[in-house]
Amino acid sequence: MSATDRREFLSRTGKYLLLTGTAAAALEHVLAGRAEAAPGYAEAAHWWGMAIDVEKCIGCGNCVRACKEENDVPREPYYFRTWVERYHVEDGELAHPQVDSPNGGYDGFPERYSAVAATGKTFFVPKLCNHCVDSPCEQVCPVGATFRSPDGVVMVDRKYCLGCRYCVQACPYGCRFIDPRTHVADKCDLCYHRITKGLTTACAEACPTGARQLVDLKDPKDPVHEFLRTRTIQVLKPQMATGPKVFYAGLDGSVR
Amino acid sequence: MAGTPTGGPSSTSRTSFRDVEHLARVAALFLAAVVVFLTAQRLLVPKGFGTLGHYRPGALADNAGRPSAFAGRAACEQCHTDVADTKKKGKHAGVGCEACHGALAAHASDPAAAKPVRPDARTLCVRCHASLVGRPAAFPQIKPAEHVPEGASCLDCHVAHDPGMGGPK
Amino acid sequence: MGSLIPGVDGYMYPNEVELQWSVLIVLYPFITGLVAGAFILASLERVFNVDAVKPTYRLALLTALAFLLVAPLPLQLHLGHPERSLEMYLTPHLSSAMAMFGFVYLWYLMVVLLLEIWLDYRKDIVARAETTPGWRGLAYRVLTLGSRNVSAGALAVDDKVGRFVTLVGIPSAFLLHGYVGFIFGSVKANPWWSTPLMPIVFLFSAIVSGIALVLVLYMSVCVARGVPIDMRCADTVARYLLYAFVIDFSLEMLDLLHRVYEADESFKSLDFMVHTRLYASHILVQIVAGTLVPIALLALVQVVSLSESARRGFYAAAGALTLVGIFAMRWNVVIGGQLFSKSFLGYTTYKMEFATREGLLTATLLLLLPFGILWGLVKLLPPWTEETARA
Repeated sequence: MSATDRREFLSRTGKYLLLTGTAAAALEHVLAGRAEAAPGYAEAAHWWGMAIDVEKCIGCGNCVRACKEENDVPREPYYFRTWVERYHVEDGELAHPQVDSPNGGYDGFPERYSAVAATGKTFFVPKLCNHCVDSPCEQVCPVGATFRSPDGVVMVDRKYCLGCRYCVQACPYGCRFIDPRTHVADKCDLCYHRITKGLTTACAEACPTGARQLVDLKDPKDPVHEFLRTRTIQVLKPQMATGPKVFYAGLDGSVR
Repeated sequence: MAGTPTGGPSSTSRTSFRDVEHLARVAALFLAAVVVFLTAQRLLVPKGFGTLGHYRPGALADNAGRPSAFAGRAACEQCHTDVADTKKKGKHAGVGCEACHGALAAHASDPAAAKPVRPDARTLCVRCHASLVGRPAAFPQIKPAEHVPEGASCLDCHVAHDPGMGGPK
Repeated sequence: MGSLIPGVDGYMYPNEVELQWSVLIVLYPFITGLVAGAFILASLERVFNVDAVKPTYRLALLTALAFLLVAPLPLQLHLGHPERSLEMYLTPHLSSAMAMFGFVYLWYLMVVLLLEIWLDYRKDIVARAETTPGWRGLAYRVLTLGSRNVSAGALAVDDKVGRFVTLVGIPSAFLLHGYVGFIFGSVKANPWWSTPLMPIVFLFSAIVSGIALVLVLYMSVCVARGVPIDMRCADTVARYLLYAFVIDFSLEMLDLLHRVYEADESFKSLDFMVHTRLYASHILVQIVAGTLVPIALLALVQVVSLSESARRGFYAAAGALTLVGIFAMRWNVVIGGQLFSKSFLGYTTYKMEFATREGLLTATLLLLLPFGILWGLVKLLPPWTEETARA
């Protein structure tokens, strides 16, 4: 075989391989179809978030307990899909709040500020995954194991996650952890298995004061629209430009 | 491709193919590896990956298909209509059934098989109503040691499902 | 304000208390840094014709290869599901710097390092393929890829192509380690990591560590072989080490100056961390022992006339301290970045275990393994023959 013949052969083979490869991949995409989260549930009709009224939170910890039970979160400390923080801010000390979250608020809060109640303010702030529109955790996942669903819920594909922990590092809110039993990333998924069936999240269900409410921003009848219009609304760490969808009313400037 | 010039004689025509033939072998090896990789990729990438975004679409159903521990108050109200009626008139109207009674999806799907246990009032009620700095001032709070005598229960005076009242029974 | 959690001071978000990335993740940038640095030193000879460092050329390449082969191991041991690591090749998420790892690594291994080593060694491989018996002979015959052509024409082609590969290899080496810096530098959630300078600082500290490693290895191997150390070579390598160090130190000081001056919301928290939990590893080990002392030693050699044996001692000390210092730098970045809370209200402690999958013992073994591999490579592909004592 001369040099030119050899070259021709190689280039032809290369072209065949490339074409068949591409064609096969395209066909597979067509055949795969769309996956349905639940029968009769149209993802495109929803855009999920959460509304939290800080002025209503009593720090009872019901939400933390309910979440751990509903989602089988490890009961040992340091693994939380949601937790409650208590802030005590002395007058004028906005930049130096005292913060605690004993076991995430799972057992409620022991009294701590009765002696200084008069010289500052104390309040509770529930925290969870903010289901960011421009989520940094999704951006850094090397394989596509964490993603935002078409209806706005950021969640983890447990069967695909490598457990590299990059997403945990990338989250500015500290809402992710690695499940010590399965060694994959885990976090709040807005009880996706509940909301796709018309139920509310476990934390909102368990909250006795209505401080936490699941909201559907695409639903014109959802009370969130009035909430957003009539209250002074904040999100956590707006400077990170993550586009959080957990909206806080009554959030103090001292909250980290 | 790689930074490896291969192929036929160079333009200076001093270099014969024989002298670059070993490089052609390297290139062939590399190409073979690429082919193996692309084949493996097509075989191993999960079906439908990338159709909705850079993820496996089956993960949506995986997450949506998990079991629930909480039934939700609507499920309770289907059977317990009397309690629902009592509750919606009082101060606990906004409190979910399972907020006090615990997760009861098992009971909701098979009432006889999973009977809920009545929570102990002394430990349950104080979780929300014990006086705690940080709770909104308007929220009803009591100091348990002062408000509830030894051995007594909150239910001695309060009706759990409709607790609001001006004073003792 | 105290905290009830052991090892935690102040407030940490509950999920932050346990560190995510262990000493194994400190190892990875250290190892790839050595690879990039050793390669860049080797390329000085090939591309920029710095003749003086020729005696270290092949040793530097083999060192780079030995460390590159070990590089993925700490990552695999760290993963929650190492059996799924192939997913990074199958479905790499293009927005993730980490997803680039597999491809950059493979590119550098196959197209740069292996190819360059093969091209440089081909003549020796073919010679040994024809004369060596047994398994080793088989290894050489496999390595020839079936071609025995070592004519002048073929070797001239090898040299030209090798030079081109090295040329491509330099930005590839920059990419191999620069992207590691970007993995940290692009995390906006972590102010200790997030800076555009991170890939550059990582790269220059990599160059420093790689040059130091080759310097120390070259001198040790000469001593082990009982041959005299080529002082012109050692002096040149040490000089390049000094230049790289000055650039590296300037970059790190620039970063520090910037932080102190701007004093953004994270500054007080980070400053406190550096002065307490990170004091020993950052100030004492990385800056004083690992940077200022080696720079002083190397600079002294340039201004004061010292005997050969004194210079050798200085180079050995500077090289060893440098390696410790650059390791400390990786430690301070990776571990330091996880010791403080993103609430800027608290600190935690790294509890490094010993004989576990991510413990100190594993890390030590992983650091020793490349030397074992290098020993094997040197036996298979000796960097020296009597001919290569070319000055």
